[in-house]
Order: sequence, then structure tokens, then C-alpha cells
Amino acid sequence: MVETHRHDVVIVGGGAAGLRAAIAAVEADPNITVALVSKVYPMRSHTVSAEGGAAAVTREDDSFEMHGYDTVKGSDFLGDQDVIEYFVEQAPKELTLLEHWGCPWSRNEDGSVATRAFGGMSIKRTWYAADKVGFHMLHALFQHSMRFDRIVRYDEQFVTRLLIDDGQVRGVVALDIRQGTMRAFLGRSVILCTGGGGKIFPFTTNGNIKTGDGMALAYRAGVALKDMEFVQYHPTGLPGTGILITEATRGEGAYLKNKDGERFLVTRDYGVGSKAELGPRDLISRAMVQEFEAGRGFSGSYGEYLHLDLTHLGEEKINQRLPMVRELAKVYGGVDPVYEPIPVRPVVHYMMGGVDTDIDTATQLPGLYAAGETACVSLNGANRLGSNSLTECLVFGARSGEQALQFSKGADDGNERAVRAQAEEEQARIDQLRGKVKGGEKLARLRVDMNKTLESGCGVYRQEDSMQQTVRDIAQIKGRFADLALEDKSKVFNTELVSALELHNMLEIAEVVANSAASRKESRGAHTRRDAPTRDDQNCLYHTLCFFDPAGPRIEKKDVTLGTWVPEERKY
Amino acid sequence: MSDVQIKKFVVTRFDPDKDEVPRTDTFEVPCQSDWMVLDALNFIKDQLDGSLSYRWSCRMAVCGSCGMNVDGAPTLTCKSPLSSYGDTVEVTPLSNFPVIRDLVVELDGFMEKLKAVKPWIIRAKEKAVEEGPYRQSPEELEDFKQFSLCINCMLCYAACPVVGNEPDFIGPAAIALGYRYNLDSRDEGASERNAIFRGEGSVYSCSFANECSEVCPENVDPAAAINQAKLSGLVDWAASLVLPRGGKD
Ligand SMILES: Cc1cc2nc3c(=O)[nH]c(=O)nc-3n(C[C@H](O)[C@H](O)[C@H](O)COP(=O)(O)OP(=O)(O)OC[C@H]3O[C@@H](n4cnc5c(N)ncnc54)[C@H](O)[C@@H]3O)c2cc1C
Ligand code: FES
Repeated sequence: MVETHRHDVVIVGGGAAGLRAAIAAVEADPNITVALVSKVYPMRSHTVSAEGGAAAVTREDDSFEMHGYDTVKGSDFLGDQDVIEYFVEQAPKELTLLEHWGCPWSRNEDGSVATRAFGGMSIKRTWYAADKVGFHMLHALFQHSMRFDRIVRYDEQFVTRLLIDDGQVRGVVALDIRQGTMRAFLGRSVILCTGGGGKIFPFTTNGNIKTGDGMALAYRAGVALKDMEFVQYHPTGLPGTGILITEATRGEGAYLKNKDGERFLVTRDYGVGSKAELGPRDLISRAMVQEFEAGRGFSGSYGEYLHLDLTHLGEEKINQRLPMVRELAKVYGGVDPVYEPIPVRPVVHYMMGGVDTDIDTATQLPGLYAAGETACVSLNGANRLGSNSLTECLVFGARSGEQALQFSKGADDGNERAVRAQAEEEQARIDQLRGKVKGGEKLARLRVDMNKTLESGCGVYRQEDSMQQTVRDIAQIKGRFADLALEDKSKVFNTELVSALELHNMLEIAEVVANSAASRKESRGAHTRRDAPTRDDQNCLYHTLCFFDPAGPRIEKKDVTLGTWVPEERKY
Repeated sequence: MSDVQIKKFVVTRFDPDKDEVPRTDTFEVPCQSDWMVLDALNFIKDQLDGSLSYRWSCRMAVCGSCGMNVDGAPTLTCKSPLSSYGDTVEVTPLSNFPVIRDLVVELDGFMEKLKAVKPWIIRAKEKAVEEGPYRQSPEELEDFKQFSLCINCMLCYAACPVVGNEPDFIGPAAIALGYRYNLDSRDEGASERNAIFRGEGSVYSCSFANECSEVCPENVDPAAAINQAKLSGLVDWAASLVLPRGGKD
């Protein structure tokens, strides 16, 4: 028998978005409870790794208009402008709330919150807590959430399926990782806050848990994934590990240099204009790849790289503003940035796409909401600006908590028997997969093959034949997944089983990324085709929707919400 | 890639479904010179034995998942280069915690202790969001910043001789995190927390071993927090004898 737990709202994910959603829901109504279901303890969520900052209009000389325009332009005009306007207006309030909840934001001498420069932002509007912003935000949110007994945590529960009855979501079913049994979490609404899926790529800033689970859950339940072709490469990852060196280094004045010691973003025309190192990520990553192709990169044991030079900033500033960068560079890069440049190369960082939601974070499936990196509310369009996504987690996390609660109040519990039956079915499926010996495919092998083909087909530069090859490869690897052989038959903390479920999810979204990419016949933001190098607003100013279909992913189009800002050439 | 060296890993295994007591498995791993201990465990899991269980995620020393004892010492495995170990490396679960399986330990006890110290801003009257952020000078921030850097990796509990003997002891990380709020200029909850520090599992159990601060991978220095909490708890307690309750903390 699957154990069941009932709450008013079920939230999957305990990162910035999930915690914010939970707090918003319990604050909106003193009589409700929420389940916070997460595959890791909330403070392990990958929000913890964010380094650079969170954006909100703060200074007198800044305006919503400017933050909005920067975001629209950064998105290569694919962001929905109503969403962007709502976002920039809510952002200051949300960061202030975090301040009231104890987040140790860095300060100016007069005690006001300090702001720093960030890529693609025309003014200093990024709040920071040294260079451990995600860490501090996550722990502040988590610790603040502990004051609410009505946020009921279920830690180390891996959600495997949405429970749906009568066209409405009724809860989720999860593998209790510690016990190996299944639990059903029933609620009249569900919010997915499960983060991104960078682990589909081989070289990424993302941690091991970022496997796109929520996207796969929604997709299998018939909800579209939107704009999945847009995968952000961050310009500065450490070769080998992919550990991020935050954009805040460049915000604080660091230079990118090629092997001739040249600041190529200044000396050559890569479209970043006077922004130089503070141009948007898509443009800089492409510039770096072009430097490699022109033979101006360094070569090392992990491939080509360039230099990120902080030496002119001085030890004091580095220690004060970028202590984590110094530590990371020393421990994982083998250099002390006070004295030597850091070797860096572009690295997969963030998925602009995700579960298709409207401005209220609602999906097409009644009762299902999504927020944070797993969602695509269409704030980021074709290219996210650094420091917008932590704020996005707060703004739309809060919105999802309120909206899901509203829905919950107007909905009934549905047919609990039918829902329980689905949970039992799921139990049987998981029991079959655990320690399954039939077949000869190894988990690690399939993961590596998936990683490789995605990088070759859906990397910084793309073209028709390689994208099509990746589409075929992924379909083939999905077939091989059926022959997966597992060795661990134990119920307790079976991480092999969890990895298999995660791989299954990753293959699903990898297929969506590849198919969405192949369907877009232009270059826009992070989606850059060598065989279609320009943006085509005439034919391609649309969101890509990808639907699950037993016959293979089905692509549809959705209009972009325009408004104040008319698409223009994206020049900096 | 870099040079490869074969190292032997002696790893604790325990599966409550099968084992009465923990046992060990030995694996030979071709280690690259720039690998961390965690990289070797991942190699074992991917190539040699898919059933080995341990936690990890960020591999950049910030999520706090990957603490284990390596050659007997509490260690953040994603931050510890294999080059600093010999040809044989022993990996066991963190001490002082119940073991769930292999290298995975039970953390729920810590989560309760953390909650018990009220790690959130307490104020008589909360400020409305419309009023904007509190002012806090860089110096005021410095007062508590260090204690806020705890990643909850639990190395300090594994190292602490008191936690081993007195499971109820609130312990280094939770005290540091609670005390961090006492030091925050925005907070007014010090006397509430001091009462907790003086209560069951109190700060006075601490025997000044300082092991916690020595193993802390983030230099949080929980021992300093405990010492300060002891003092402020006492001062507070003494004051409560002469003053009626309810004054400003
Ligand atoms: C290295 C790095 C640096 C970054 N720096 C910045 C920055 O400076 N500024 C900025 O704005 N953005 C930054 N970002 C992006 C930003 O940090 C993320 O987009 C954001 O933190 C995502 O938060 P989230 O709450 O959506 O998801 P996460 O924090 O990833 O949380 C996901 C949650 O979902 C849970 N979960 C997932 N799957 C399941 C499942 N199947 N069952 C149960 N639970 C599940 C997990 O346990 C976790 O709790 C950075 C990202 C990285 C990787
Ligand atoms: S894996 Fe996150 S701290 Fe080691």
C-alpha cells in the first residue's frame, strides 16, 4: 500500500523557487498546509551554487523601463513583454523581503544594499552577498521557512509521476529514497519548482541533481515544454570540471584575453560594442568559440581555453567581493587569481526553456503550476541575462504559491481511489526497474552517449545535419534505455535506481531540446545556426512548444507577447 | 589528460536489508592527478559497482552533501585532492550519525536542532516591505558574516567529542547558525535563543575541544560562536535575575 499524505498545495522542489512558493502560500492563508517535497534536503538544491547576484531596480538613476528594456533586448525579443514588465516591478519588493528575512546582502558604507554591474544590464542593479549569492539566498529562505510549521517538509523524496484524474492534477507520487517505498502526496494543486536540466550536457556548471525531472513529469502528462532549444552557455567555466567562475568577476572589472594577451572583445568586432566583457552571454560565448577557431586559444588537457584576468583588481578587492572565486580557482583551477589569470571556456549553464506557463505560472493542465528554472514563463526568451533568474525564482515562486493556493481553494479532492490506483501502478513500475538485470546497457555509458551527441548537435553553434544526427542519436539511446542493466536490488537509499530515473528524464528532455532546435530555422539568442545565421522576425518570432506524442515529439508554435518594445537589431 | 595513478579504496558498505554490521569493499581506481576523493567514488559507482551509495551534488564545496570520513578524518570529499592521500584511501561514513546505508548518514536530528535554535530574524514588530531594506553597515554585516557561511556539511558534528557522548548536544553548526542571528543588527531575538542555548543540550556541554573549527571547510569557526554564546547566555541569564523579562535584547 502506498502511504498517502494530503495537503492543500503540493510543492515539488526546495530551491529558491519552491521555498518562496511555500512561504507565499502559508502566508496567504493561516489555515492551510503545504507539502514541500524534494529529492534532496532543501539547502542542497542547486540554487546554493549561484555566485553572482540577483537583479532589481534599486538606484535613483535606474528605472523599470531600463531593466525591462535590457531584459527584452537580452532575450533577443523573444521574452513576453507583459511578463517582463510584471517581473521588473516585483523584483525590488522580493529582494527587500529577502533582506528582511536575514539575507546578508553586501552593503554600501551608508548601510544601504550594494549593487554591482552584470552582463547585459545597463546599470548597476545586481544585489549581491559577496560571491555566494545563491548560497545565502537559499539558506535565508530555508531558515526563514522553518518558522512555519505549516510548511511540511518531505526530504529525499523523488517524485516520479503526476497524479491526474478527470483532467486535473491531484498530487504526485514519489519514491522515498531512504525507505525505497512509494508515497503519494495529494493536493488540490501542485507546483513544480524542480530546477533546470544542465546535466544532459557533458560540460556544465550544473550539479548532479539538475536532471530536468519536473520538465519530464509535465511533458509526460501532456503539458508542452516551451523554447527548449535555448540553452545558455556561460562564457567562463573552469576546464575539466565546468565549475562556474561568476560573471561578477567581469562585473568587478576582469578581462577576457586570448593567447596573445589581447582583450578580443575590445579589439575585434563581436557585436558587444563598448560593453566589452559585460556583453550578454550568448555573444561572448560565440566570440570565444571564434577565438578558438582562429587559433587564438590556449590548448590544455581539457581542450581549448582563454584567460580571465583579475590580476589588476588587487588582492583586497578580490578577497572582499570575490572570495569564492579565489577559492574555486585555487582548489579546482590550480591558480591564484590574485597573481595569475584563470583558464576558462564556455560551459552549459542554464535552460531558458521549460514547462510552458502563463504569467500566473499556470500550465495548461488545471491545478498544475511551475516556477523557477524548470518553468518557462517567458521572461528570458532566447537568452537570459545574468542575475535575472534568482530574482525570477522569487517573483514567480511567490506568484505560483498564491495562484496555486487560489486554485486549491476552488477545487475538490477528486476521486481519491482512482488516484491511489495510479500510485500503486507507479509502485509496480519502480519495483520492476529496481535492480533490473535483463539487458546489457550500462547507465554511465548511456549518459555519456547522450551527453556527447547533445554537445555536438546542440552546442554554441548548430546546423541542420548535426542537429538531425542528434535527434536520431537520442531516439536510439532512448531505445537502448529499455535494455538497461542495474545491479542494486536494495530498497534503502538506492542511488542507482534514482540515477536511472533521472537518466530517463534527461533523455526525455534531451529529445525535446534536439527536436526544438532542429525546428527553428533562424539564429536567435542562444540558438545560433551556421546555416541560418540571422534572426528572422518575419517567420520565426514565435515560442516553440513541444508536446509528448507516442510517435515522437510534436512541435507547435505560440505567439510572443509584444508591447512597448518593438523588435530591432540587437546591437550593443 | 593528466597522469594516472592506481589507488586502492577501502570503503565501508552497509545495507540494512542484508548486513547486520558494516563491512568493507576494496576497489582499485585509476586516479587522475587532479581528482578529488569524490571523483574516485564516482568512478567506482559508474564503472565498478553501481550499488555504492553516497550523497553528492554541487562538486564545488557549497551544497554540503558530500561529507565523509576519509582516512579517519571528516572531509568534504569534493574539495579534497587525492594527491594529498597515500596509495590506500579509507572512506567511511561520518562518525556520530546513524548510518542509513554505505556512506549515507541520517541528518534529521540535525534538522531538528537547527530549527530549535530559531534560525530566522525575530522582531517585536516586523518592518513592512514598503519601508524598504534595513540599514546595516558593512561593519555590522562583518559581525555575523562568518557564522552565516555554514554549509551544513556536518563535518563538525562528526569531529565533535561531545556530540559522540551526548546526542542531545545542539552541536557546533546549529549553535553557530543560531548565534549568527543574535549578532545580526536586524534581529531582536537574542534572549529567546540564549534561553535555548542554556537549555537542554546546552552550549555549556562544549568541552572546548575546538575540533569543529579545525575541520570546518568554510572557516566558519563554530567554536568561537559557541564560546561567545556561552558568555552571552550567561550575561543574559544574570541580567534576567535583576531585570524583569521583556527588555530589548
Ligand atoms: C553555478 C551557477 C551559478 C548561477 N549564478 C546565478 C546568479 O548569479 N544569478 C542568477 O540570477 N542566477 C544564477 N544561476 C541560475 C540560478 O541559480 C538558478 O536558475 C536557480 O537557482 C534555480 O532555482 P530553482 O529553485 O528553480 O531550482 P533548484 O535550486 O535547482 O532546485 C530544484 C529543487 O527541485 C528538487 N527536485 C528536482 N527534481 C525533483 C524530483 N524528481 N523530485 C523531488 N524533488 C525534485 C530538488 O531537490 C531541488 O530542491 C546560477 C546557476 C548556476 C548553476
Ligand atoms: S558535492 Fe556539494 S559540497 Fe561536495
